Amino acid sequence: MENTDKEFVDFVMADGDYKTKLTHKYNQRTKWHKPVEGEVLAHLPGTIIEIRVKEGDPVKKGQLLLIHQAMKMYNRIVAPIDGTVIAVDVKAGDNVSKDYLMIKIKPV
Amino acid sequence: MVDLSEKIKELRVKKAAVELGGGQAAIDKQKAIGKMTARERILSLLDKDSFQEYDLFVKHDGRDFGMDKKDFAGDGVVAGTGTIQGKPICIYAQDFTVAGGSLGLHHARKITKVMDLALKMKCPVIGINDSGGARIQEGVGALGGYGEIFYRNTLSSGVIPQLSLILGPCAGGAVYSPALTDFVFVVDQISKMFITGPNVIKTVLGEDISMEDLGGARVHAEITGNAHFFAMSEKDCFDQVRRLLDFIPWNNTEHAKIGTSKEPSTELDIEQVIPSDPKQPYDVRDIIKCLADDSDFLEVQGMWAANIVIGFGRMGGETIGFIANQPMVLAGVLDCDSADKVARFIRFCDAFNIPLVTLEDMPGYLPGIDQEHAGVIRHGAKVLYAYSEATVPKITVILRKAYGGGYIAMNSRHLGADFVFAWPTAEIAVMGPEGAANIIFSKEIKTAEDPNAMRQEKVKEYIEKFANPYVAAGKGFVDAIIEPKNTRAELLHALKISALKEEHRPAKKHGLPPF
Repeated sequence: MENTDKEFVDFVMADGDYKTKLTHKYNQRTKWHKPVEGEVLAHLPGTIIEIRVKEGDPVKKGQLLLIHQAMKMYNRIVAPIDGTVIAVDVKAGDNVSKDYLMIKIKPV
Repeated sequence: MVDLSEKIKELRVKKAAVELGGGQAAIDKQKAIGKMTARERILSLLDKDSFQEYDLFVKHDGRDFGMDKKDFAGDGVVAGTGTIQGKPICIYAQDFTVAGGSLGLHHARKITKVMDLALKMKCPVIGINDSGGARIQEGVGALGGYGEIFYRNTLSSGVIPQLSLILGPCAGGAVYSPALTDFVFVVDQISKMFITGPNVIKTVLGEDISMEDLGGARVHAEITGNAHFFAMSEKDCFDQVRRLLDFIPWNNTEHAKIGTSKEPSTELDIEQVIPSDPKQPYDVRDIIKCLADDSDFLEVQGMWAANIVIGFGRMGGETIGFIANQPMVLAGVLDCDSADKVARFIRFCDAFNIPLVTLEDMPGYLPGIDQEHAGVIRHGAKVLYAYSEATVPKITVILRKAYGGGYIAMNSRHLGADFVFAWPTAEIAVMGPEGAANIIFSKEIKTAEDPNAMRQEKVKEYIEKFANPYVAAGKGFVDAIIEPKNTRAELLHALKISALKEEHRPAKKHGLPPF
């Protein structure tokens, strides 16, 4: 009973191909990206309240970079590593979306 | 002298006024979008003339924001008791025509009164949700009301079946009562469920989405898995409720009613359902139809995580919880969603004395970064927990593939299955032949003159040796290798032997399933 339905596609498992249907959710899954060291992303959509560093500043791990307001809270965004600020892509008052690249730090 | 007829007249006038709910204009608005009124819903769901309403004259005691001058008919909810199939039911329906069905403390107390009654009378409770949410003017009183409902949902969990019908908006805190109940019913275009609505999402995230796309019936039936039954109209939905109640017992000390034991339809040939090529798909529901009385199967959560099939049927008249991997969708793998789906179903069946029949054909867990990062380990662990914990009769039939972790998870002997049968087509092994051959014979394959030919040879060797039911049967992990056409007879026999089953677990306050 060979199934020739167009909906069935090849689906690779550890031991080879299967003919099967895929789900909407499976097709919609997001691709994973390896996080880049020194990139400071917005963890939530929000507003930039103030910025404490500028390009070229040396920073220490844990040092305050900016205040990001999200979910009724002033969040202190700190340097994830020791290094030098090489880009500041936000200014006070900006609205940022989730995962927006706010600041880039070059590791020492 | 009291004039009784005058008093009766007065009562009737008062009742009629409250029973009109939010008035004709609001009722017309409700009807225009395909919705019935709260009372109509209750009357269409229950046995004819069986509804007795309580707390018709309950009033709210809000005093702020001019609320002291406002009266809400029945405080926005209709509550009472009735019967379905002649058996007791506690029921409430929020009335959207009255202050948008908003929930205040006394509205909530009407609900908790029938919930308390249901727990005492050991009968199912049905909640019909159609509400704009908390009555903001009542402030924290409304929040308290929700909490009192959630608490009772939890106490009743596993004692009486709890059904939630979402027949309108159900937003914010209100969504958690349905989420705590056993079965959630939604109706296309009518049901809307979300924690934060489109307006909040727009404000906070700047993203535009309609209520339907955010939390409509299809979203919950297909994507979130919050809904168990999807209907095209309210009438369909009530038919589904009655059909479900036909399969399940009234409380955890009872068994479901015994149906007529009709043989399955002969339209399908159980030997012809599974294709001869083990990589070709088929619809495992066809196998269930070959096994269940009258080929009657009520699928639960059919649109969500369709790579596993769950639902109710009968065998020999007795209600059975069927669980089956579905090779037609995602090859029948276990993943986060399908693990959640099956684990909760097993726990429902175990709580309500419904034997489990598991039909196994699965190539393993879904590979993927998204799956690993979504926590397929803790989700998958729920399946192991639920099967191991269950003490109802548990029977497995291995139809085809039973590989690796999937073999253990799908009610294996090792997790306490009472009976494990396998078809001669079963492949029970630690992993698929190709993967296994690559590991076991990696040296031979690498050093061969023609590695590909060698791989093919070794895969073939592995298939012949291990991709069968005889190795597992040789260890007693499989009780009997059965011919497909005898499956129903073997299951009926096993169920008969299990009829008086008693099995106990170590005494504990409660276990700690990997939620």
